[in-house]
Amino acid sequence: MQGLVFDIAHMLAGSLVLVSFMQLYQDRLSALLNMFALHALVLALSVAWQAYVQAAPHLYITALIALVFKAIVIPVVLHRIIVRLGIHREIENVVGVGLTMLAGIGLVALAMVVMLRVTPGADPLAREDLAFALSVVLIGLLMMVTRRNAVSQVIGFMSLENGLVLAATGAKGMPLVVEISVAFSILIAFIVIGIFLFRIRERFDTVDISALDRFRGERR
Amino acid sequence: MTLIIALNCIAGLLAVTVLAVVIGRASVAAQIVYGASLIGSLILLFAAIGHLLGAADPVSMTLPLGLPWLGTHFRIDTLSSFFLAVVDLGIAAASLYALGYGRHEQAPQRVLPFYPAFLAGMNLVVLADDAFTFLISWEFMSLSSWALVMAHHRVRENVHAGYVYLIMASFGTLTLLLAFGLLAGPDGDYTFAAIRAAHPSAGLVALVLILALIGAGSKAGLVPLHIWLPLAHPAAPSHVSALMSGVMTKVAVYGFVRIVFDLLGEPAWWWGIPVLTIGAASAVMGVLYALMERDLKRIFAYSTIENVGLIFVALGLALSFKAHGMPLAAALALTAGLLHVFNHSLFKSLLFFGAGAVLTATGERNIERLGGLIHRMPQTAFVMLIGCIAVSALPPFNGFVSEWLIFQAILLSPQLPSWGLKFLVPAVGALLALSAALAAACFVRAFGIAFLGRPRTPAAEQAREVDRFSLAAMFACAAFCLIVGVLPGLFIDTLAPVVRSLVGARMPVQIGVEWLSIVPVAESRSSYNGLLVFFFIFMSGSLAAFAIHRLASDKLRRAPAWDCGYPDASPATQYTASSFAQPIRRVFGTLVFRAREQVVMPKPGDPGPARMSVELRDLIWDMLYTPIAGAVMLTAERLNGLQFLSIRQYLSLVFAALVILLLVIASWP
Repeated sequence: MQGLVFDIAHMLAGSLVLVSFMQLYQDRLSALLNMFALHALVLALSVAWQAYVQAAPHLYITALIALVFKAIVIPVVLHRIIVRLGIHREIENVVGVGLTMLAGIGLVALAMVVMLRVTPGADPLAREDLAFALSVVLIGLLMMVTRRNAVSQVIGFMSLENGLVLAATGAKGMPLVVEISVAFSILIAFIVIGIFLFRIRERFDTVDISALDRFRGERR
Repeated sequence: MTLIIALNCIAGLLAVTVLAVVIGRASVAAQIVYGASLIGSLILLFAAIGHLLGAADPVSMTLPLGLPWLGTHFRIDTLSSFFLAVVDLGIAAASLYALGYGRHEQAPQRVLPFYPAFLAGMNLVVLADDAFTFLISWEFMSLSSWALVMAHHRVRENVHAGYVYLIMASFGTLTLLLAFGLLAGPDGDYTFAAIRAAHPSAGLVALVLILALIGAGSKAGLVPLHIWLPLAHPAAPSHVSALMSGVMTKVAVYGFVRIVFDLLGEPAWWWGIPVLTIGAASAVMGVLYALMERDLKRIFAYSTIENVGLIFVALGLALSFKAHGMPLAAALALTAGLLHVFNHSLFKSLLFFGAGAVLTATGERNIERLGGLIHRMPQTAFVMLIGCIAVSALPPFNGFVSEWLIFQAILLSPQLPSWGLKFLVPAVGALLALSAALAAACFVRAFGIAFLGRPRTPAAEQAREVDRFSLAAMFACAAFCLIVGVLPGLFIDTLAPVVRSLVGARMPVQIGVEWLSIVPVAESRSSYNGLLVFFFIFMSGSLAAFAIHRLASDKLRRAPAWDCGYPDASPATQYTASSFAQPIRRVFGTLVFRAREQVVMPKPGDPGPARMSVELRDLIWDMLYTPIAGAVMLTAERLNGLQFLSIRQYLSLVFAALVILLLVIASWP
């Protein structure tokens, strides 16, 4: 039983990292949003499995929050926003997919080395979990850095936060985890709205497509 | 019990601060604030003396204040009770003085709230028993004294002084913070008890020693970290100047002694060397600066640098002796240093009080514009004379005793086994002898130009004696100077438990020695009897006066002085401060200050005056601080581009920093 528990947790956390990588090479926004929904789904599964393993019912709530908010509500809302803004087909000039992927691999390696070095005495399950979580956090940051679009930066930030939740649930006996996850979700909602509005205003001043069109029309 | 009383008094001082904010503009506010400070400091003084004389065991206490999981630790042992006594004696004198002096304050609401806060800060530093409390109290003391320096903030010089002071104080606190951070180690236990119990590696301890020397030394005014001191101390109101020069520098000395003698454990052989070198350099440079200076308060501030240098020389000697297993010699050096701490706080407070009295009476700080004050302010002149004799280390006053003890300790240095120290300590002794001689010249100059001769300006001519409170404070300080000078054995014995707790030995018991002499090592070597010297001076002086008045004509005759054939000479023909300093400026100034003298003679037939001008340069400022300031400005200009990046670029910076830190962790050995 112990072996199976460990393997499933390992697999779920590993697939979270995998989905993070899949996010890295999506250059269309709608595909990226789908990947993010998948990311949140895998997170929800992972948290639920941790809840089962640790016999901690409050983690089910965290999993539920992850599922409802991050896998369903936020992707749907973002979808509607980008469709309304007409940028759902936009192709982002990502800073070289191959280079980004290589950087991601390097970051995962770095996360492994750091975590395995600093936690020699810890529970192996928690150790692996923390290493994966750090990888997810780093890849999320990498995505924020390499993308130009505000939406993909927000998604990068939220997948970073998914990594944090994974780390928090992987460590046993974290009593405040529910509150933390709720607080983070609300915070992210605010950031989503805030950055979006901010960015849109900035774009209207500078590089918005419709604004550019109008500008061209005037020149003609 | 002592600790509870002390902490209550400090809480009372903080309450007075709040009260002063409320009633700052009322006419009785000064009396209330200074009166309350006087009472509080007297209680603290008696509590400290009680603890010191009883040689009681250390008492500690933890208050649930500050950081929630740490609390605030206080402790009183013999060392802190000694410094508490020094601090509060100075405070009591300054508060008494301020009862009179404070009436002339033009902006009392800028002084009154910060004064008790400053006092509370100094007391808290001495009582702190963990690094957090120590640093917070230290910074509290610095900031409240900064506010007092900035009390007259419309004066341009004061703004500059406050700026330099703030930067140097922050720098000093930073180095102390680093020192405590290193001492606390990876576990981060910041209580002094835990630091004492830890055994850090030799390299770490060396680093902490240097950091503590820089941090405490910058507050105490060691060369080359002294630059703020002659700017800031004179800028404050005079009673605060007295506290900053006489007391706050002693709190800095306390910080150094606490860290190096108490927390760091057994010294290594070389620890004394940097302390001795910097101390000796400070002593000589301080007094040379003082000799070139014409501002009365700045002269005293530079003299503080000299005296702090002396104290650090004594501490360095004590460290060297202790490291080489000579506890008796270490006890002698440490006693000398601590006694000089006490003495300097007395006579430097007295001198600043006198400078304040002169400032009140004439509105002048430049001694070139004073003169003849001994006839208009006879009592102030009398106590200032005592202060000048004491600071010049002449018997029978207290300055002589402690400096003589320091020299006795220097004379023991040939017994040191280390050759480096064998050569260094006599050189340091020669520098101290030089600085003592120069200090005497400096104070002859300061007193002579300001108080003797004829008044150089109408302001000096119309000076009036100051009020009773100021005089009472000055006379009290002068009396203490004399008492310590003639009965030093009493005070040396009082210091014995302090010294024993730090170096494990004490000086021989002095109280039983015949004729109240003091014997630092052995009767066959050397002894000094202040009482005898005092009686001899007193008797021979009275005898001479008696002989002159009785045997010669006892009629007082006033006749015109020989005027060299020029009738009605102007007061400007008197010796000036600059001309008095000229020989010393020619000997040392050309090297140390790049002094240049220029004489512009009028053409033959031109009735205009000949002019002589002197140009002095502060080489420490030019060679150390100007390049640093230039480098900071250059870096700031280069980094200015970082203010205008896009969000993505800022994120990249954060990301790069995170990855680099992780790489450091991953590759840490």
